Amino acid sequence: MSPLKIKKGSSKHSAYNLRPTFSDVQETHTLAVIVDNEPGVLARVIGLFSGRGYNIDSLTVAEVDHTGHTSRITIVTTGTPQVIEQIKAQLGRIVPVHEVHDLTVEGPSVERELALLKVAGDGEKRVEALRLADIFRAKVVDSTLGSFVFEITGAPEKIDAFAELMRPLGLVEMARTGVAAMSRGI
Amino acid sequence: MIRQMTGAKMVVQALKDQGVDVIFGYPGGAVLPIYDEIFQQNDIRHILVRHEQAAVHAAEGYARSTGKPGVVLVTSGPGATNAVTGLTDALMDSIPLVVLTGQVPTFMIGNDAFQEADTVGITRPCTKHNWLVSDTARLSATIHEAFHVATSGRPGPVLVDIPKDVQFASAEYTPPQKVRVSHYQPQRKGDLDAITDLVAALEKAKRPIFYTGGGVINSGPAASQLLRELVEATGIPITSTLMGLGAYPASGKCWLGMLGMHGLYEANMAMHGCDLMINIGARFDDRITGRLDAFSPDSIKAHIDIDPSSINKVVKTDIPIIGDIAHVLEDLLKVWKARGRKVNAEAIAKWWERLDEWRRVDCLKFTQSGPTIKPQYALARLEALTKGRDRYICTEVGQHQMWAAQYLGFDDPNRWMTSGGLGTMGYGFPASIGVQIAHPEALVINVAGEASWLMNMQEMGTAIQYRLPVKQFILNNERLGMVRQWQELLHGERYSSSWSEALPDFVKLAEAFGAKGILCKDPADLDDAIMEMLDYDGPVIFDCLVEKHENCFPMIPSGEPHNKMLLGEASTKDAIKAGGAVLV
Repeated sequence: MSPLKIKKGSSKHSAYNLRPTFSDVQETHTLAVIVDNEPGVLARVIGLFSGRGYNIDSLTVAEVDHTGHTSRITIVTTGTPQVIEQIKAQLGRIVPVHEVHDLTVEGPSVERELALLKVAGDGEKRVEALRLADIFRAKVVDSTLGSFVFEITGAPEKIDAFAELMRPLGLVEMARTGVAAMSRGI
Repeated sequence: MIRQMTGAKMVVQALKDQGVDVIFGYPGGAVLPIYDEIFQQNDIRHILVRHEQAAVHAAEGYARSTGKPGVVLVTSGPGATNAVTGLTDALMDSIPLVVLTGQVPTFMIGNDAFQEADTVGITRPCTKHNWLVSDTARLSATIHEAFHVATSGRPGPVLVDIPKDVQFASAEYTPPQKVRVSHYQPQRKGDLDAITDLVAALEKAKRPIFYTGGGVINSGPAASQLLRELVEATGIPITSTLMGLGAYPASGKCWLGMLGMHGLYEANMAMHGCDLMINIGARFDDRITGRLDAFSPDSIKAHIDIDPSSINKVVKTDIPIIGDIAHVLEDLLKVWKARGRKVNAEAIAKWWERLDEWRRVDCLKFTQSGPTIKPQYALARLEALTKGRDRYICTEVGQHQMWAAQYLGFDDPNRWMTSGGLGTMGYGFPASIGVQIAHPEALVINVAGEASWLMNMQEMGTAIQYRLPVKQFILNNERLGMVRQWQELLHGERYSSSWSEALPDFVKLAEAFGAKGILCKDPADLDDAIMEMLDYDGPVIFDCLVEKHENCFPMIPSGEPHNKMLLGEASTKDAIKAGGAVLV
């Protein structure tokens, strides 16, 4: 039998949005989930992931519409195509969830993350850290005679690269916000 | 008109406006204001159970046998935690319930107050949704929303946690028609292109089969009617899961019997050999599929389900249709009729020849001989003596449950209450109480094992108090029969803790509660004893002493596919391999 002609987007909760499932390839997907901003909603999402054994690589949440009481949760997760489809369908079942978008399959998207890195050192290393920060367009948001705190924004890979460079130059502490993502265009 | 009232009064008013006529519950400190309101009215009847778990199972029995949501009222802390098993059971079997719990006052939450528990936290994974209401002004709207969520889409249990100060405070009551429309509106109509694809597959199929589940029952009587019309018109064989029994009549000509681990040989062989499997409201549970990589290897699989997450969860589906069963079947019939009511009649006739060969294996045959009652014989006689009556059957969990599914026939939906997904021992007795409350004139029988039955035996008090003539038909083998069977097959016949020692004298137990007890151990007395049970106007404990080491067959051993069924004792040696032993 030929594969079914299923129209993409027939259901926002994805079951008609079928891609080849049941393969063993691990994929990383970024999901944007619009939820009612009510107590416990984040616990429901996290409980779903832990209860059903899914991975969370990154998760961010904040209110995005104060009057509409909605928040946006951005989740980066890894799994086989079948697991990714199942995650989306399971998220769609949660009552306060309004929409589930798989930014990875819905077209091009931008992903940004903010990180703070504390780098301690002196002499040549300190100068080199500052020079690299400039190349990465990281800002100095705190400085003492023996340390800097850099603020850097960008795709997660860029932050990874910056952190790798800072490690030998005295990286002592790092805080990352997790990914915020959005589709390109309208 | 603005109606100010206390939160406690609001609860009762909201239940009335939702058409609730009975609730099951148990009072306690944190729900006293609500119980005070219940005391002062006559529209809603409160059934006092003897344990909160039983309140939830009774509400499940009520819901399953009426199609209406069951309502439970329990107190905070232990009241709520005792309800957890029932909530999980209802979630697994998609039973609509609204459970109201009391909570310590808002200003004490988080202080480890007396009888405080984080009820919404504990019940989050075992409800479809739950709410902690911290403002009386939101209480009535929340209860109305709770009913909407419990009964829309795939039904399930919801919980509303109500702190005691919220019950005392006053606010304006919101009637159901004034509640903001919920964004939660699951899709009911199926995609027409997908339905057409299914019709096209159905027209060509040489070896089609309908595989139906509890979703047909949940969708309502219309779904069962449409299913019957579709099956009769196409002549395609039909099998059902444990939860779906009764959607298509057991006396129907296309009925193959239940499928699955203890399903019928012909049903499982047909699933293995089919070329088109039409799953209607079932979820490819592991009790059904057996070994997944060898599950029905040569079939196109269509799956109709209202829950998108059921699609492709375990079995890859070729034709997914998301929607309510009744809506989808209506469209399916329309499209099929419009295209000329075609089926591959010649091939299906051949298919039936093969099915009839499998039927001739007569996998449920047994021989009643000797002085001991075989459990199969007890159920066969129960079936014969109650057939045609206005009958509802509940079960506990274990061998007796599977035998009941095999040997009792169900010709209508909502007549069969059993714990399928969770497998909760102790479910059946309280469920039978809920069923009898909903159908006071009907014959309600709980087919039980002695071990399961003891788990909620305190409900004898409830049965007596409300004069509920529930018949407790206990197949007493003095064993945890299914556990014993698995230990025999898997663990070298080392029967670790699987016998029931120190059992009560069930006749005396019945009499102690003020009910009737009947002991039967001789096959020759069985019919008369069953008739005595049926004729007695009141609750009966029927202690039927049966063969102690009878095993439940047919059986798909763990880790094996459908065509590797065991039909009887002779085939059991080393049937379960190491890979299967880790499976439940």
